[in-house]
Amino acid sequence: MNGVHDMGGMHGFGPVTLENDEPVFHEAWEGRVYAMQRATGLLGYWNIDMGRAAVEKLPPHIYLGVSYYEKWHRGLEARLLSFGLVSQKELETGHALHPAKPVKHKLTAAEVDAGLQRGSYFRKEQGPARFAPGDKVRTKNINPTSHTRLPRYARDRIGTVEAIRGCHVYPDSVVQGKGEDPQWLYTVVFDGKELWGPDAAAGLKVSIEAFEPYLEPA
Amino acid sequence: MANEPHDHGHSHGHGHSHGHDHGHDHDHSGSSELTEQQARVRALETVLTEKGYIDPAALDRIVQAFETKIGPHIGARVVAKAWTDPAFKKRLLEDATKAINADGTLGRVSDHLIAVENTTSQRHMIVCTLCSCYPWEVLGLPPVWYKSAAYRSRSVIDPRGVLKDFGVTPPAETEIRVWDSTAETRFIVIPMRPAGTDGWDEEQLAELVTRDSMVGTGEPLKANEVTR
Repeated sequence: MNGVHDMGGMHGFGPVTLENDEPVFHEAWEGRVYAMQRATGLLGYWNIDMGRAAVEKLPPHIYLGVSYYEKWHRGLEARLLSFGLVSQKELETGHALHPAKPVKHKLTAAEVDAGLQRGSYFRKEQGPARFAPGDKVRTKNINPTSHTRLPRYARDRIGTVEAIRGCHVYPDSVVQGKGEDPQWLYTVVFDGKELWGPDAAAGLKVSIEAFEPYLEPA
Repeated sequence: MANEPHDHGHSHGHGHSHGHDHGHDHDHSGSSELTEQQARVRALETVLTEKGYIDPAALDRIVQAFETKIGPHIGARVVAKAWTDPAFKKRLLEDATKAINADGTLGRVSDHLIAVENTTSQRHMIVCTLCSCYPWEVLGLPPVWYKSAAYRSRSVIDPRGVLKDFGVTPPAETEIRVWDSTAETRFIVIPMRPAGTDGWDEEQLAELVTRDSMVGTGEPLKANEVTR
């Protein structure tokens, strides 16, 4: 969706503010939100892309106005509610009022101790890769109202395939409940001037990780 | 992570907040002073626990892992090894996940880690314009600036302006390559090895490798900036 989260190239957010000796979590609740996010991801109701999509759907003033972990907290509550895993009344009272729904997996402390690892998003290829390193490609001008990984600043632009990254779960499909629909993933590099016009900084190159459906031959 | 707990007593530019209250089931400041946000998160955790969806002990361990085990010291060791072992660096640039896992002493990372190397003619910067994708297995959780609108919006259009905010001014002829992490691939920058470090071993070199140098927004420390 063309949300405010898709902010590459926007102006007006000011300088980057740095913090010395930054703690991992600034407040204890942030760590709890992060950990709940991970644990609930294993319940079997959504995948990581749906979690991202939930955050993107927050109203723009909320998205820009609250802290990172507050966004995840709100996104998590929204997902739990939408799958009927909790009710609004339960969140308000802070206690379980209804029977639990069946879940696929409940994360244990022992599993965490054994090692936190990311899942793999590699999948078996569904056909030959359409593009090869060195190919000129044009990104499509798409404007889906659901989650996509093709940022606005890189739509309808000509770039060069630099690498093939294998066949991956396709987030655009997953978030619509249409399954993993594995797609080839490419690193596509653009010249700064192609993205930003003649005033672009000299010597700038920007790459995105582009799923094959985003691309057509140029 | 399967590796040993690591001493964080050295400076990689990542702070740790061992000093303040991380308990979720007790509150040193008095429960009457809970902010609305704290209260909402606590209510959510209680509901999820009562419904049997989560085990608070597992949450404790996740928080603990990120506060004490998983951090930029892991990436720093990878970089230091790349600086001292050309064959390892070659493997790392070909397939970072495979190279790190095959090494056996650097911890384990999952699929899709990609290492990119700064040279005199090109320097790399990592961003996730859409959200916050970050190589947490080797760098820990991202700092606030990495997730900020200022960084995400400007990195792809004005990376030199962003670098200036970090006090970094690359030579005008250096090409700036920005990697937008729009999929499950994750990136780590191998910065250039600082001058005056000939003969240093991996452990000494790792002390020089800052978190920001592995995101591409900073430089490693100079040889005279650490006590040997």
